[in-house]
Amino acid sequence: MAYNCVVLIKQVPDTKRITGKAMNDDGTVNRSALPAIFNPEDLNALELALQIKDKFGGKITVITMGLPAAGAILRDSLFRGADEAILLTDAKCAASDTLATSYILSCAVKKIDYDIVLCGRQAIDGDTAQVGPQLAEKLGVPQITYVEELIELNDKTITARRNIGAGWQQVKAKLPVLLTVTADANEPRVAAAKKMMKYKNARTPIEVEQKIKLENAEAAEADIKKLAEHKCSELEKKGLLIKQWNLDFVGADLTWCGRNGSPTKVHRIQSVVLASKETKSIEPNDRGISDMIHELIEDKIIA
Amino acid sequence: MIDVNRQGEVWVFAEQHNGHLEDTPIELMSRARRLADTLGVKLAAAVLGNGARDIAAKLIHYGADKVYLAEHPLLVAYQTNSYAKVIFDLIHKHKPQIVLYGATAAGRDLAPRVASAAKAGLTADCTDLQIGDHKTTDGDTHKNLLFQIRPAFGGNIIATIINYDRWPQMATVREGVMPMPEPDVGRKGEIIQEKVQISQQDLPLEILEEHKRPKKVNLKAARIIVAGGAGVGSKDNFKLVWDLANCLGAAPAATRAAVDLGFIDSDHQVGQTGTTVRPSLYIAVGISGAIQHQAGMSGSQKIIAINNDPGAPIFQIAHYKILGDLNVVVPKMIKTLREKSIKEEKAEA
Ligand SMILES: Cc1cc2nc3c(=O)[nH]c(=O)nc-3n(C[C@H](O)[C@H](O)[C@H](O)COP(=O)(O)OP(=O)(O)OC[C@H]3O[C@@H](n4cnc5c(N)ncnc54)[C@H](O)[C@@H]3O)c2cc1C
Repeated sequence: MAYNCVVLIKQVPDTKRITGKAMNDDGTVNRSALPAIFNPEDLNALELALQIKDKFGGKITVITMGLPAAGAILRDSLFRGADEAILLTDAKCAASDTLATSYILSCAVKKIDYDIVLCGRQAIDGDTAQVGPQLAEKLGVPQITYVEELIELNDKTITARRNIGAGWQQVKAKLPVLLTVTADANEPRVAAAKKMMKYKNARTPIEVEQKIKLENAEAAEADIKKLAEHKCSELEKKGLLIKQWNLDFVGADLTWCGRNGSPTKVHRIQSVVLASKETKSIEPNDRGISDMIHELIEDKIIA
Repeated sequence: MIDVNRQGEVWVFAEQHNGHLEDTPIELMSRARRLADTLGVKLAAAVLGNGARDIAAKLIHYGADKVYLAEHPLLVAYQTNSYAKVIFDLIHKHKPQIVLYGATAAGRDLAPRVASAAKAGLTADCTDLQIGDHKTTDGDTHKNLLFQIRPAFGGNIIATIINYDRWPQMATVREGVMPMPEPDVGRKGEIIQEKVQISQQDLPLEILEEHKRPKKVNLKAARIIVAGGAGVGSKDNFKLVWDLANCLGAAPAATRAAVDLGFIDSDHQVGQTGTTVRPSLYIAVGISGAIQHQAGMSGSQKIIAINNDPGAPIFQIAHYKILGDLNVVVPKMIKTLREKSIKEEKAEA
């Protein structure tokens, strides 16, 4: 039997490549100086969905909540084998914490017919690992977090191995279910050349509009709209229009979105200053080392 | 949703498995005690399980004024839904102002589920907790909030998170970042047996098999740690780290780079994605001192850094800076320590 999967993905700044320029003088992050990437463990979630599809069939829908630039990871998902991609974008999503984000995502996921929802274990910009479990609660489905291996899928039940810190656990649940997937689960496949050819021109409506605006700087708003609509319907006919949803479309109650819907607020951000304590330089010779060791013995730090 | 109340208690979720209380909630007790004292409210622990009264008594020794004990045969093993439901019911009934969880695998699985049900804020993986005031942009001041302090952006910034309009204030706290308190066996407190209402429906998972793998090394308990980095160069050369550790009765540790290079098992990794340690002495051998590594060891009392690059960031937090080749320095240290112990043996004889 076939299984329908929804994969939640996020575009994140590449925190591994933070350089001096990526931090502003006030210690805040200069996001524009960081390359934006597909959150690594979301690729593992997508790969697991693809493996399920390869074996059992079914449809894979990827959703990202983000800025228009997140169209890039949606295309990447199509290149790797996703069937449908959805950009959930709305200015009213801004400043959402994990609780508000999970609420907004739950409104979107509820519009789709699914058996399995897959998320990456955590995103590298926040490292919270909270959105998956919060989304599962909002959807009213059980969660299997930290999935390392899918053991079995049959007859609407799933068996998976999950990491429990010091060891592992094998659990079974009835579908529908939400999984959060770790980097250990698999090796994400690369984009397929054929699919890249097919989808390289796939665009979201907002990308279409932005491009037309850029090319027709002088044109009136209404004309741009018309041009964009025309281009979108052309793309749609070719199956190259990436769906774009907003909060109104998914029926989200604004009380629970954005800043209003977010109980956590930032009080302060500090850049990490390396504490320079009292430092003693020790000569790397017998004398220096022997003196240091005797000092440590006297201070009762070594026995 | 729970309204803001200033008299609410401070709670710690006391994670236990098979009658064994985890370390992280114990570590949390000392800081939670301080938070409760600052606020002038009681400190309570919540224990879920079946036959967990011994643990409740222990928690009082570690500083709890009260322990809410929720016992039920269906709570014998941890499951997200059943535990989340019981914790949520307890929160709803008693309205604590702060609820803290260890950022263990179970804690990070449970807390968000509870937060979502309670529509409350939650900050993941805190490394510090304080009480302080916050002024909003409108000029309102909120007094005595929980400052939830955590690294963000891959450890490049430290963020202080608060929540003032919805209770409780909840956070998970990293393992090992707070010192273990000493138990006071004379301490008295109250154990409150709670009624638990759950059924088989609250256990949607079937746990088929479980394998606990004991860690190969207990870095958190080590008084002295000798850690090696990529600079050590090879698995064979890592013997230097093991030998120095042996001479000192120390635990051998490593950076992620050294683990990734296969020099040593990942159980030995110190840092943001490894273990957080606070030994009396930390000897960093061929370690550059990346922020993610420092996140796990900057709380060490004394740090010796051995590195041949004068610009290595590790030197900025080291107490003893040895600029030189580790292949020269470490053997000299081993020699000095061996000579010393030979001398002592002779003196005893
Ligand atoms: C999200 C994330 C999480 C991470 N988590 C962790 C973590 O938990 N723990 C962790 O350690 N890292 C972690 N890292 C990796 C971290 O950023 C660094 O890459 C890593 O700590 C570097 O390890 P190192 O110091 O051994 O290697 P390097 O940075 O390569 O440093 C080697 C050092 O050895 C010195 N050296 C070389 N030869 C000699 C010699 N002969 N004598 C003396 N000195 C010599 C060099 O000067 C250099 O300073 C994480 C990274 C990311 C992005």
